[in-house]
Amino acid sequence: MSRQADIVAEIPRLRRYARALTGDAACADDLVQDTLERALSRWSLWRPGNLRAWLFSIMHNRFVNQARGPRIVDCPGDEALPDLPTRATQTDSIELRDFARCLSQLSEVQREVLLLVGLEDLSYEDTAKILGVPIGTVMSRLSRGRERLRALLAGSELEESHLKVIK
Amino acid sequence: MNAPTISEQELHAYADGRLDAARRDAVEAWLADHAEMRQTVAEWRIQGEQLHRAFDPVLDEPVPTRLAEAAKPTSRLPLGMAAAIAWLAVGGIIGYQLHGAAPPQGPQPSTSLARQAALAHAVFSPEVRHPVEVGAAEEAHLVAWLSKRLGADLKPPHLAGQGLELVGGRLLPGATGPVAQFMYQDKRGQRLTLYVQRDAQSSRETAFRFAKEGGISVFYWLDGHFGYALSAEMGKPDLLLIATAVYRQLNP
Repeated sequence: MSRQADIVAEIPRLRRYARALTGDAACADDLVQDTLERALSRWSLWRPGNLRAWLFSIMHNRFVNQARGPRIVDCPGDEALPDLPTRATQTDSIELRDFARCLSQLSEVQREVLLLVGLEDLSYEDTAKILGVPIGTVMSRLSRGRERLRALLAGSELEESHLKVIK
Repeated sequence: MNAPTISEQELHAYADGRLDAARRDAVEAWLADHAEMRQTVAEWRIQGEQLHRAFDPVLDEPVPTRLAEAAKPTSRLPLGMAAAIAWLAVGGIIGYQLHGAAPPQGPQPSTSLARQAALAHAVFSPEVRHPVEVGAAEEAHLVAWLSKRLGADLKPPHLAGQGLELVGGRLLPGATGPVAQFMYQDKRGQRLTLYVQRDAQSSRETAFRFAKEGGISVFYWLDGHFGYALSAEMGKPDLLLIATAVYRQLNP
């Protein structure tokens, strides 16, 4: 049963990453569930080593497949769905919400690299393996993603100060 | 100007704290002469700190039961195969009951609400002669019976406004106990089922979620102690309209 314990121990990390990746609590947990089920079904393929990196690579594949796979579990979009109450999950800080909003505007591939390196603290090599791309691609996505996030954050600051002036 | 060759890659590695002491010193020396880049690198680091401040609280949240369940080894089957096995199981239960014995209690697979509902829809909606156990003509009896079995007041929503009339309902075995299935039908005979499951654990989520199982679209949500799933072979936008109407009637 240690395999179950090992996987269970990784759930909080998987949830944090999925939350940052999808920007939606329910969607993130769907992705984690999908990842866990997939991991168990392919357990025989796992070679002892970095369990966390293996789980992240499964999550990456599920995330990419979710958009086009036959079994779609998609995120409720604000425009189409009725106004249902949801729990406030993040801190209320306006600054952090603003940060999350800017993060969500990055391309998915840039966001993945930023999160694996910056949030999960994985090595560039592990990040490249998880995403199935050369390390040079990781570095260029990291570079463009950070630059774009910087521009977005600067833009939203401008917007904010602009509003303050008008007020 | 010392160390003229500092690549951008190395600056990122510096910001991420991944350089050895010698290279770190070299980068720092270079940055001392490049104020603009120094500022940029500082902002990269702030991005990393903000990532942690924004998302680290997730680490402290309790793990939802369904995820802990999903980490347990279970076998998941394709829908078609699961439907076939459900039929076999029904046959097996009937066989047992004929012998006066209790049905075998196997371990319940942790299949999702949407999957169970889609399976029940796939099994019963094509039924011509026996789509429901109790028909809409006996609606009062149907409601009283299912309410009693689920231990809560149930009321099938009225969907005449959506062009659907109640066919009736039935009781089904679910992962957490008895489940009610209400069936509706439009003028062309297309069927829609509402699957209502009482959840013992008071996990409370209220967002609509959408899943597609085979050709069956399912909107499902949790509300208080109930899980609801609406299944039909129709497009997502059409089903969403109906799901919204159902939700509003259940939460007036």
